[in-house]
Amino acid sequence: MFYRESGQFKTSYQKDQQVFPIAQDRIFIALLLVVAFAVVPFVADEYWLQAVIIPFLIFSLAAVGLNLLTGYAGQVSLGTGAFMAVGAYATYKITTAFPEINIVIVFLMSGMVAAGVGIVFGLPSLRIKGFYLAVATLAAQFFILWLFNKVGWFFNDSPSGTITAPPRTLFGIMISGPEATAEVRYFVSLTFLVVFTVIAKNIVRGRIGRSWMAIRDMDIAAEIIGIQPLKTKLMAFAISSFYCGLAGALSVFAWLGGAETEAFSIAISFQVLFMIIIGGLGSIMGSIMGAAFITLVPIFLTNMPAMFGIPMATDLSKHIEEIVFGGLIVFLLIVEPHGFARLWQIGKEKLRQWPFPY
Amino acid sequence: MKFRSLILGALGVAVGITGIALSKAAYAAEQFIPMLVYRTGPYAPSGIPVANGFRDYYTLVNKRDGGINGVTVTFEECETKYDTKIGVECYEKLKGKGPTGASLFNPYSTGITYQLIPKASVDKVPILSMGYGRTSAADGRVFEWVFNFPMTYWSQASAFVKYVSRQEGGYDKLKGKNIVHVYHNSAYGKEANPTLVALAKRYGYKLTLLAVDHPGQEQKATWLQIRRLKPDWVFMSGWGVMNSVAIKEAAAINFPMDHFVGNWWSGTDADVIPAGQGSVGYKSTTFHSAGSGFPVHADIIKHVYGGDAAKAKENNIGEVLYNRGMVNAMFGIEAIRTAMGKYGNKSMTGEQVRWGLENLNVENARLQALGMKDFTRGVKVSCADHETGGSLRIQQWDGTKWKFVSQWLSPMRDIVRPMIEKDAAMFAKENKITPRSC
Repeated sequence: MFYRESGQFKTSYQKDQQVFPIAQDRIFIALLLVVAFAVVPFVADEYWLQAVIIPFLIFSLAAVGLNLLTGYAGQVSLGTGAFMAVGAYATYKITTAFPEINIVIVFLMSGMVAAGVGIVFGLPSLRIKGFYLAVATLAAQFFILWLFNKVGWFFNDSPSGTITAPPRTLFGIMISGPEATAEVRYFVSLTFLVVFTVIAKNIVRGRIGRSWMAIRDMDIAAEIIGIQPLKTKLMAFAISSFYCGLAGALSVFAWLGGAETEAFSIAISFQVLFMIIIGGLGSIMGSIMGAAFITLVPIFLTNMPAMFGIPMATDLSKHIEEIVFGGLIVFLLIVEPHGFARLWQIGKEKLRQWPFPY
Repeated sequence: MKFRSLILGALGVAVGITGIALSKAAYAAEQFIPMLVYRTGPYAPSGIPVANGFRDYYTLVNKRDGGINGVTVTFEECETKYDTKIGVECYEKLKGKGPTGASLFNPYSTGITYQLIPKASVDKVPILSMGYGRTSAADGRVFEWVFNFPMTYWSQASAFVKYVSRQEGGYDKLKGKNIVHVYHNSAYGKEANPTLVALAKRYGYKLTLLAVDHPGQEQKATWLQIRRLKPDWVFMSGWGVMNSVAIKEAAAINFPMDHFVGNWWSGTDADVIPAGQGSVGYKSTTFHSAGSGFPVHADIIKHVYGGDAAKAKENNIGEVLYNRGMVNAMFGIEAIRTAMGKYGNKSMTGEQVRWGLENLNVENARLQALGMKDFTRGVKVSCADHETGGSLRIQQWDGTKWKFVSQWLSPMRDIVRPMIEKDAAMFAKENKITPRSC
């Protein structure tokens, strides 16, 4: 009843090609953005922002990045953690060596560094596919973390090998370091996520995204119709690593405030991969929903016994959390193997017919 | 069906709200102490006894003394799995609880401590990282909110070298000796390296650094390398399951156990028992006694477990790390007591507890009153020195219990302190902190 596009006529090509052709979608997204920018920071307290929402935003960015590579271009990667580490360590190195450069530019530069590293480790994708490629990217994961652990130059020879986010300002407002308020860091993460999600959405709609999907669906056919696998695959690796690098930089500078390589371990790579699988491969919206599920549900499950006033030993509640969370993942994948993105789509179809389904 | 779930939901919300209301009402004279624990995961063998030690000591203070000067101690556990990210979440969750917020944090993870150091000064919550965390936090001029008495990793490493020199018959005998450091490949494990390297230059021993990756269950390659190197001494910075695996591997290659020394996080009962007879002779450093023969343990059995010694035993009483948690809890409580001496017997804020920590002076008479005479040494913290002049002893496992095999060894402060000040100055510069004058 409310969600029906009848009567919305497209009178120009531009209108026909817009990201959200349906007016209700546009209103929904606009409302979502208003809530995210204008309501959440004033309603949520510091715990919510710092421990729940900021990590969700950062992992969303990483998941969008990995989805470009795995969901759209069909290249399975287990190196997400490593590419995030590259972004984080590059930001740290650049900003400690040149403190006068604006931190936002440093973030983008580190994204470029991560993109470069992504290209190098994407090279095997030209010869190998599927699981074998996953193993090759696994090498990136272990090699890069080993490098950052071993070579003192990367962490300025600090005795424990940790990097810390130094205080940096943007327009006179502290945006990283301990003095930066949770609200400011939330705004920074949110802005990066929104801007780069819009860019990602447009990449996948355009020529590049179409060539990625062609490579994903059948690379030989794609090559025959004139898509260069070398350029396309490496571009997918570069752009995906750029996103992951940015997410890594934000995770140190806007969320954790400091990190060692352990923060970017293989577990993170798997986590981001699960996010896009549960969210839906080949869907930007799905990446964000998957990130929400993987980061928010465990926190919710941990806090649930206390919320309902049930006294429970910490170890017991942690174990229950892991069991329930694992069970939920299995359940979701059985019920909807295509993830939240598909559920979302089904929901929209149902809404169209509501209240008179046929 | 729908109606039913609606009612159930409303009921749940109501229960939740009354729960919140009740806990708000109960905020009378209470002192909230947050606990970051890990009772699950590969670090649980170390985490459980520590957490139990804390819990039992706080309970003891409430039941035996009626709280700290009449102010009840409240505490809440938050499971971190020794994961820095979850640790930060726990910190954010617990820092504002209680009538005056968190008194102090004991992160029990060097990684989490590193994360919390910058936050602590902003949130005005002190951190007591007792014998772990960032070594250079010993420089109180830069790290106002962080305390790591009675000793740091660097002091510990220097005391270990001192011990080796005594065993070998003098510092000149160290030349050409082969020493291996097996360490957890994390911020924690790496802490001792700079000191060991500096001392290797000074005394001419050959140092090999062997990293073991998280979680430390796979060490075959490391110990094969050690078998080839045939080192004279092995020093270990391990944690959790890594310790017992290392000791088993060492026993498997017939490494002489009395030349294998763990740091104070690598020498608890749970580490040596799995290796059975193989671990007899294994040594570790420590700064308090093992065993449950002290008056404070009798008090815990009586007041916390109602005289049920078997139940207490089940909860790790007397194990090294249990005692560590207890000592740590005691220092925290005494710091709050010190703060109360200045600000009055009410709930202390983080800032007041910080003052208490900085002016903490636990003397032997006080330890005796607490039932901890000869259990550990007193400390006297000052504004500039958050490490205090602590010292350590070496303990050895004889198959059933730990016994001391050395006198108190003081670290080489003349070497360690300048390194601490240098690192602290670097941190201050990077983070634009102006050191206090003390």
